[in-house]
Amino acid sequence: MPEVEFSLNLVWFILVGMLFTGYAMLDGFDLGIGALHLFTKTDEERRLMLNSIGPVWDGNEVWLVTGGGALFAAFPMVYATVFSGFYLAFMLLLCALIFRAVAIEFRSKQPMRWWRQMWDIGFSAGSFLSALLIGVAMGNIAWGVPLNAEHEYAGTFFDLLKPYPLLIGVTTVALFMMHGAIYGVMKTEGELHDRLRGWVNRCIIFFIVCYATSSMATLLYLPHMTETLKQYPAFFAVALLNMLAIANIPREIHKGRDFNAFLSSCAAMLALMVLFGVGMYPNMVFSDIAPENSLTIFNAASSQKTLGIMLIIALIGVPIVLTYTVCIYWIFRGKVKLDRMSY
Amino acid sequence: MDVLLLSRIQFAFTAAFHYLYPPLSIGLGVMLVIIEAIWLKTKNPVYHQMARFWTKVFALTFAIGVASGIVMEFEFGTNWATYSRYVGDVFGSALAAEGIFAFFLESGFLAVLLFGWDKVGPKLHFFSTCMVCFGAHFSAIWIVVANSWQQTPAGYHIVGEGLNARAEITDFWAMVFNPSSMDRLSHVICGAWQAGAWLVVSVSAWYLLKGRYTDFAKRSLKIGLALALIASLLQLVTGHDSAEGVAKNQPAKLAAFEGHYEANGPAGMYLFGWVDEDGQQVKFGPNIPGLLSWLVHGDASAPVTGLNAFPKEDRPPVNFSFQMYHLMVAIGVGLIALAVFSVIMLWRGKLFEHRWLLRILVVAVLGPQIANQAGWFAAEVGRQPWIVYNLLRTSEGLSKVVTANAVLSSLIMFTFIYTLLFAVFVYLLNHKIQHGPDEADLLPTGRLARIMEEPRADA
Repeated sequence: MPEVEFSLNLVWFILVGMLFTGYAMLDGFDLGIGALHLFTKTDEERRLMLNSIGPVWDGNEVWLVTGGGALFAAFPMVYATVFSGFYLAFMLLLCALIFRAVAIEFRSKQPMRWWRQMWDIGFSAGSFLSALLIGVAMGNIAWGVPLNAEHEYAGTFFDLLKPYPLLIGVTTVALFMMHGAIYGVMKTEGELHDRLRGWVNRCIIFFIVCYATSSMATLLYLPHMTETLKQYPAFFAVALLNMLAIANIPREIHKGRDFNAFLSSCAAMLALMVLFGVGMYPNMVFSDIAPENSLTIFNAASSQKTLGIMLIIALIGVPIVLTYTVCIYWIFRGKVKLDRMSY
Repeated sequence: MDVLLLSRIQFAFTAAFHYLYPPLSIGLGVMLVIIEAIWLKTKNPVYHQMARFWTKVFALTFAIGVASGIVMEFEFGTNWATYSRYVGDVFGSALAAEGIFAFFLESGFLAVLLFGWDKVGPKLHFFSTCMVCFGAHFSAIWIVVANSWQQTPAGYHIVGEGLNARAEITDFWAMVFNPSSMDRLSHVICGAWQAGAWLVVSVSAWYLLKGRYTDFAKRSLKIGLALALIASLLQLVTGHDSAEGVAKNQPAKLAAFEGHYEANGPAGMYLFGWVDEDGQQVKFGPNIPGLLSWLVHGDASAPVTGLNAFPKEDRPPVNFSFQMYHLMVAIGVGLIALAVFSVIMLWRGKLFEHRWLLRILVVAVLGPQIANQAGWFAAEVGRQPWIVYNLLRTSEGLSKVVTANAVLSSLIMFTFIYTLLFAVFVYLLNHKIQHGPDEADLLPTGRLARIMEEPRADA
């Protein structure tokens, strides 16, 4: 385990991680709303669910696109190995994301019951599957996948469905459902609001069970994920913060401070991603058959010049993006109301 | 079938499908900016109604554009992993810049454009419309820059050898302004403006034929036709510049466009024809001798590099490139003629009387779409057998670990999903058009209503 030193590679490891964290925090809630969608009963409730994410979901998905682009630019080896190696899994993810996007757009365009039912299922199944597959992919990267000497994936699709990655997949679904339920509480009022409040508590329990199980599994079976943590015990504070943030959610919900609950959920996600990043460092894809074949932030990166150019692009672009993202969320603050522009 | 062919079919299919939508977003984006600007200026509520109506159409195309666009971004890695490793350092930065500068802008402000009518003031709404329009154009800039780098690589050097060789940036701006990027960008943007403008013209002409929403349709048609005229005339310039660039930088591609085999002789141009690739000649086509030489070099007898100057394995598929190129040019010229003629008729006040002309305008929406598709097919097939011109062959860019069966299954999946998507798109577009502009939109609500209290410019 080398000493952690400052380098452009590390900066980009953190930046790519930030983009995917942003994706989890933002698209996480709308995937969660999707996963909960079928639990609502009336057409009006379902429209409220859809419209709570209406103005923002495709902006949220852009974080994934940009994260993918940044990965391509900064760590092309990782992009190439993971995307070609997990071919069918990514195709399924694409399928799910497309279905979901189309379902949001088209569901309320026609009044027929069968039409809306069909798209409701498409929206919900697509959201659920997307969350699951994202989790499974992360689980595999943590567990390790067989990489050969050319850093190419040497397994099959079914090798990706090991218990640990599946556990991480389910944990991700639970996390996004909890996050989505909190967002729903924040955006709705009346009966649906009260029901969602009840779901938050169930989702938290579901998530904590998954989280505890996957943490145990990680500690037991994945020693490489804890090395950096052992070397820099200060990071344990992040694990502690993570627990506190999760514990804070029911407290804030109980006191009716919905926005604080949402922030806590975001903080928990951030802490989880930091722990994931610290655990992986310096690997980006761990090779379980031969650790020396792993893709690291050094052997998978673009040239220093490109990382430098990209950093300038990021320094110009990201503050602008953050500014208007915040402005747009501000414009659409408050409870969602249905009008004739709604989905 | 082998994995190379399947991967190429899948990429071509998903890219072609995707490319039905972004040009519409770009073109309609410009239309929306113009319409909303006129509304702010005149305060005539019909322009508000118009903005609302075309915004809905915009949203429809945008949604499918995003969904099919994510596929494109993933596909470089899934199907072309070796290519991705080779070009990531260069190509990836353009793609990431597209995400940061374009997509966020577009999708963020689209929320305000679509759902913010009652939540923001008219000026902020107009600003959002402009940002969406800029975002759409920025995304065109970066993706065309990235693609142009594949056509005419610049500002890079090759590091490593054999399997480990890859391109790295040496000069970012030389990469961005590579020899073909600006010509191709302007060509793409004019094509996109036409796609949006002709859609507006077509729908408006249809309303006029049916005698519905006449005032709305006449005004929309005029704005659409103005943009169509400007874009189609500009297209003549950008098309010429692009062809000159191809002649200089990708002579094999230009030779394929015109079926010109003779290694170093004067070349004519065909209006149409069929290339007999074995007999190395163009059949059934009327040839205008010396025209290609004249267009490229300004001298009808100047030699133009022909296909025989290249070894067989370095030549693109000739007949296919020829047909696509000629289809694009023919439609482009046709659209110019149609735009000019329609504007003259409008000038004389006779456009709305001639039902046959309105019928042609209804069909004209297909023109830019087919020409855009054909143009990209010509550009990309004409680049073959290279994935990065003269550096990396398409066959070398494949993912090594992906099997033919995997690609076949994903290809079947995409065929199924995209057919469904397209059917739904056409159905909903038709539904929106049949439904027409909303009467209620003649009265802006919420904060937008404020503008109505101010005196109207044309009142």
